[in-house]
Amino acid sequence: MSMLIDFWNWLPVIIQIVIKIVVIVLPLMLMVAYYTLLERKVIGYMQIRIGPNRVGFKGSLQPIADAMKLMFKEIVLPTKANKFLFLIAPMLTLAPALAAWAVFPFDETLVLADVNAGLLYVLALTSMGVYGVIIAGWATNSKYAFLGAMRSAAQIISYEIAMGFALVAVIVAAGSLNFGDIVRAQQGSAAHWFWLPLFPLFIVYFIAGVAETNRAPFDVAEGESEIVAGFHVEYSGMAFAAFFLAEYANMILISALTALMFLGGWLSPFEGTFAESWFAWVPGFFWLLAKTFVFMFMLLWFRATFPRYRYDQIMRLGWKVFIPITIVWILVVAYAVVNKMPWWFNT
Amino acid sequence: MSFEKFIFYIFSLVLIFAATMVITRRNPVHAVLFLVLAFFNAAGLWMLLEAEFLALVLVLVYVGAVMVLFLFVVMMLDVDVAEMRAGFMKNLPVGLLIGAAMIIELLMVVGPKYFGLDKFAAPVKHAADFSNTEALGMLLYTDYLYPFEIAAVILLVAIIAAISLTLRRRPDRKYIDISKQLAAKKADRLRVVKMESEK
Repeated sequence: MSMLIDFWNWLPVIIQIVIKIVVIVLPLMLMVAYYTLLERKVIGYMQIRIGPNRVGFKGSLQPIADAMKLMFKEIVLPTKANKFLFLIAPMLTLAPALAAWAVFPFDETLVLADVNAGLLYVLALTSMGVYGVIIAGWATNSKYAFLGAMRSAAQIISYEIAMGFALVAVIVAAGSLNFGDIVRAQQGSAAHWFWLPLFPLFIVYFIAGVAETNRAPFDVAEGESEIVAGFHVEYSGMAFAAFFLAEYANMILISALTALMFLGGWLSPFEGTFAESWFAWVPGFFWLLAKTFVFMFMLLWFRATFPRYRYDQIMRLGWKVFIPITIVWILVVAYAVVNKMPWWFNT
Repeated sequence: MSFEKFIFYIFSLVLIFAATMVITRRNPVHAVLFLVLAFFNAAGLWMLLEAEFLALVLVLVYVGAVMVLFLFVVMMLDVDVAEMRAGFMKNLPVGLLIGAAMIIELLMVVGPKYFGLDKFAAPVKHAADFSNTEALGMLLYTDYLYPFEIAAVILLVAIIAAISLTLRRRPDRKYIDISKQLAAKKADRLRVVKMESEK
C-alpha cells in the first residue's frame, strides 16, 4: 500500500490530474450509457412495453451496441454547411458538460479542484453549453435546424435567469460559493437541508434545470413532431452521439447539483436521528448517488408523463412565474439569514 | 519562462488574434464567434490575476448571455456584404481620423502617467484561501455603496425604457388569457352525444 502511495507521489502533477480526470469521466460516460438504457426501460414499463430486451441479458448490452453502431456510421456533411462550425458544435456542447464536474465534491474530501467560486464556475460553464446548439443550428444551413437553435437559445437564456437567482439564494443561505461549504452549511439533519427553507427555489431550480437541458416537457429545441429533430437534424454517427452524450451528462449534472445544493449532498439522511450510528459505515458518496438518482429518475418520469409545453407557455413560466418567485424568496432568505433564524441559519 | 508566463502568452496571443478577426471577418456570425473567443481568453487572463469572480462573471454574463443574444440577432440578419463595402472608400478618411483620435485618447489615459509600474506595483500573491469574491463584495458594499446603487438604478431605468419602447398593443395579436385557458372545463368544450348505432 505504502509503495503505491510512493509511486503516486512520484508521478508528475500533470499525470496525477489526468488520472483523476479519467477516474471521474469514465464512470460518468458509463453512467450516461446506462442512463439511456434506464430511460428506455423505465418509459417502456410506464407505457406497458418491455423496452430493449434483445442484446445481452434482458437488453443489458444495448447501450454498448448503440455506441458501436454510432461509431461506425458515416458522418454526413451537408453540402452547403459550414464544415468547421458544423464539426466543432458537438464538441462545444460536450466539453462544458464534462468540465463542470471538475469542482463537484463527491464526498467530504473527494473533489478534483476545491475552488472558492465553484458554484459560479459551474454556472458559467453550463451557460456555455448553449453555443453548441446555436452553432449547430446555424452551421447546418437548414430551416429546421435553425428554428431549433433559435428556440433553444431563447429558452436557455430565459431559464438561466431564474436558475441564477435560485442559486443566489443558496449562496446567501450558505454564505459561500464553495460547494463543500454549501453542503457543510446544511449539516444537522434532513430537516436542516436547504430544500426546506428554500422550498420554492428548490422546485424552481429543478424545473429550470429540466428546461436548460432541453428535456421533455421543454424539448421544443428538438420537437420531433414539429421540426423533425431541431438543431441536430443533419447530424449522424459520432457527431450525433456527442450531442446525445452531452444531453445525458447535463441531465446527470443537474440532478447531482440539485442533490448537492438542496438535499445535503453527501450528508446522511439519518443524521441527528436514532438511526445515525446504524448507517455510519455507509460512505457519503453513496448518499449523494442515491439522491442524484431520485432526480435522474424524475427526469425520465417527466418525459413519460407530460405533453410538450407550447412555446409561449414556456416563456410565460420562465419570465412571469419563476423570476418573481425567486426574487421574493431571495428577500425572505436574506431576512432570515440576517436575523439568524433558528434551526437553519443560527450557526 | 515559468508555466504561468507561458499560459499568459497563450491567452494573450489568442485574444489578440481573435480580436483582430472580429474586425476583419466579412461574415458577421464568424465575427461574433471570434468575439466570444476573445472574451473567453480575457477571462483566462483575469483568472491569472487571481480575479476569479470577475473572470467567471465575464464568462457567465458576456459569453453565456449577452453574446448569445448577439448571435441570435446577427444570425437572423441577412447582411449584404457588397452593399456594406460600397461606401468604404468614401468614409475611409473620416474613419481613419476617428480611429486616430481614439488611439491618442487611449494612449493618454492608459499611459505610464496613470498606470505606470510606480503607480501600480505588481499584485501581491494571495494565499489559496483568499476569496476574491468576498474582497470585492466588501469593497462594493462599503466604500463604493452609492456609486454601486446608482449604477443599479440606471440599469433598471434602461431596462424599463427598453421594454416600454418595444411594448406596443397590437390589435391583431392572437393573445390567449392563460387564466381563462386554465379555467376551461370539460363541460365547456365537450358534448357527449348518445345515438343509435347506424348500419
